[in-house]
Amino acid sequence: MDETRRPAAAARAFWTLAAAGAAVLALALGAAHYMELHGHVVTGMSNQVVWGLPHVFAIFLIVAASGALNVASIASVFGEADYKPLSPLSVLLTVALLAGGLLVLVLDLGRPERLVVAATHYNFRSIFAWNMILYNGLFAICALYLWALLERRLAPLAKPVGLAAFAWRVILTTGTGSIFGFLVARQAYASGVIAPLFIALSLAWGLAAFHLAQAFFARLAGEAMDAAMLVRVRRLLGIFVVAALYFVAVHHLTNLYWAKQAAFERFILVGGAPYPALFWIGFVGLGSLVPLALLFHPRFAGARATSVAAALVALGAFAFLYVFIIGGQVFPLEIFPGYEARSAFHDGRVGSYAPSLPEFLLGTGGLAAAFLVALVGARALPILPAAAPAIPAAAAK
Amino acid sequence: MNPVDKRRREFLGGAAALAGAMIAPGVFLYDYAQAKAPGEPASGKVRWGMLVDTTKCESGCNDCVVACNTEHGLPEATRATDAQWIRKVELKDLRSGKAISAPVMCQHCAEPPCVDVCPTGASFKREDGIVLVDRHTCIGCRYCMMACPYNARSFVHEPTTGQKPDVPRGKGCVESCTLCVHKVDRGGTPSCVEACAAAGHEAILFGDLNDPQSEISRRIASVATTQLRADLRTDNGVRYRGL
Ligand code: SF4
Repeated sequence: MDETRRPAAAARAFWTLAAAGAAVLALALGAAHYMELHGHVVTGMSNQVVWGLPHVFAIFLIVAASGALNVASIASVFGEADYKPLSPLSVLLTVALLAGGLLVLVLDLGRPERLVVAATHYNFRSIFAWNMILYNGLFAICALYLWALLERRLAPLAKPVGLAAFAWRVILTTGTGSIFGFLVARQAYASGVIAPLFIALSLAWGLAAFHLAQAFFARLAGEAMDAAMLVRVRRLLGIFVVAALYFVAVHHLTNLYWAKQAAFERFILVGGAPYPALFWIGFVGLGSLVPLALLFHPRFAGARATSVAAALVALGAFAFLYVFIIGGQVFPLEIFPGYEARSAFHDGRVGSYAPSLPEFLLGTGGLAAAFLVALVGARALPILPAAAPAIPAAAAK
Repeated sequence: MNPVDKRRREFLGGAAALAGAMIAPGVFLYDYAQAKAPGEPASGKVRWGMLVDTTKCESGCNDCVVACNTEHGLPEATRATDAQWIRKVELKDLRSGKAISAPVMCQHCAEPPCVDVCPTGASFKREDGIVLVDRHTCIGCRYCMMACPYNARSFVHEPTTGQKPDVPRGKGCVESCTLCVHKVDRGGTPSCVEACAAAGHEAILFGDLNDPQSEISRRIASVATTQLRADLRTDNGVRYRGL
């Protein structure tokens, strides 16, 4: 493509993609409106499964948002200069994913119009309230960080702000994990391992998202990805996937060690269809082992195989979260140890959940919102390495 | 004043305004004479609680549930999305095989997990131990339902019909047993307790756990009772005999 035609083609591609993203987002807003109008009765949720598919999407996006900051952190906190040209994209992606996740979370509330109430009434004992502060703080820090990265005069700020962002997102992911970890009464959640587990997951999911974004923008610009960087991303993603697997294993093994958790573990890992299949085939197999093979086997060293691996990690994330969030709720609470219980309110019985279309649309709307923020951000700001005037030498390397 | 206390005050103001609606200047719809004056905060001197005697509760009897539904304008629960503030649980002792029947409702914990996790402070505990949801600040996040060890809360999944003036409900909010606070504040007794007595079982006793002379306190002092999931140390206001 010659130089004069390129901007026109790029603009066309941009508008086409933006329109597609906006269409998905519009569907999601319509779905949310429908849910708002009729109530959650039009979802698959119930008094037993109170958090459904929208939470799977939202938690994925929020956890991945924190991890998407990896690359910027490696550059500013760990001083790896090679990663620096990619830092702005890394920060932008964090903002994009977080925005998408929060959108889903808010629109899934029973009373989304009461956001003002949530913003003005804080119960400081609530980890949820803390998370709202942490999420908003991350937006602010990322905005400042991005500014420092893009504005030459603010360059000295990049390192301290980068450090702050790094600390902030570790705390934030700990907070997200703690939403579940603090649920002392539920067999599926009450565990101190969940916070570090979420951090490990965020590293893997965030880097996978980052790679996919990078590959997407490279393709959009018609450029090849930097080969040396690809090697590093592959190795890093592999390590993160192993770390996530390790923490998931620790979580289940500690649960298995406690006799009172045995029934729940049997349910999730062996007996309670569809959760064991999602866990073993979805998360462990397709979401972890296959990507590991793709990432570590020299035969699959290319950008395409890496993208497939990253996409599988993201898919595995959905499988994991579905098992974690839904599977954790359908398993009955143990209110009467030593007794077999029956009631009209699902005591002693495994609950059921089938996601409905509006829920699915709302969830994909979160992905679309993240996509749009990244797309527009990358077009409006000199985010992408080739376009960043401050660092042409590094980008060319 | 911590945020939860603050919400509690505000809620009381709102609840009093609502419950004590004036029908004409100087004429109140409800009489608080023997109980709490409108706007008067709940007293920390009392702790309302219940004692469920499973040895008296009859398997298959559902009178308490029906009474609760009638009192609060809840439709009969037929689907998993329907609200159930109280439910009958049929239990079988796994070792002896003994069958037990008991109602389960909000346990009105002294340390309620739902109150701890609620981001806006909509879930709160009154000074007299009653755990409530302020339906004007509940954003419907359902975190309290995740946190409740007793599965005692319901989410309003669809527009409400047949609302009772004393019991504000609303789509998109979480609700649960209020211990019939609107009756208790006027010196009354929860409807489930009355219905159980009317059926001749008297399996639920209501009273002030802080008053050593109250019937409930004397009963708890004389027979062995337990709190559900006592290991969680939520110190429930509802106690069970025979579990
Ligand atoms: S659903 Fe309402 S009462 Fe429950 S935690 Fe959320 S805001 Fe609080």
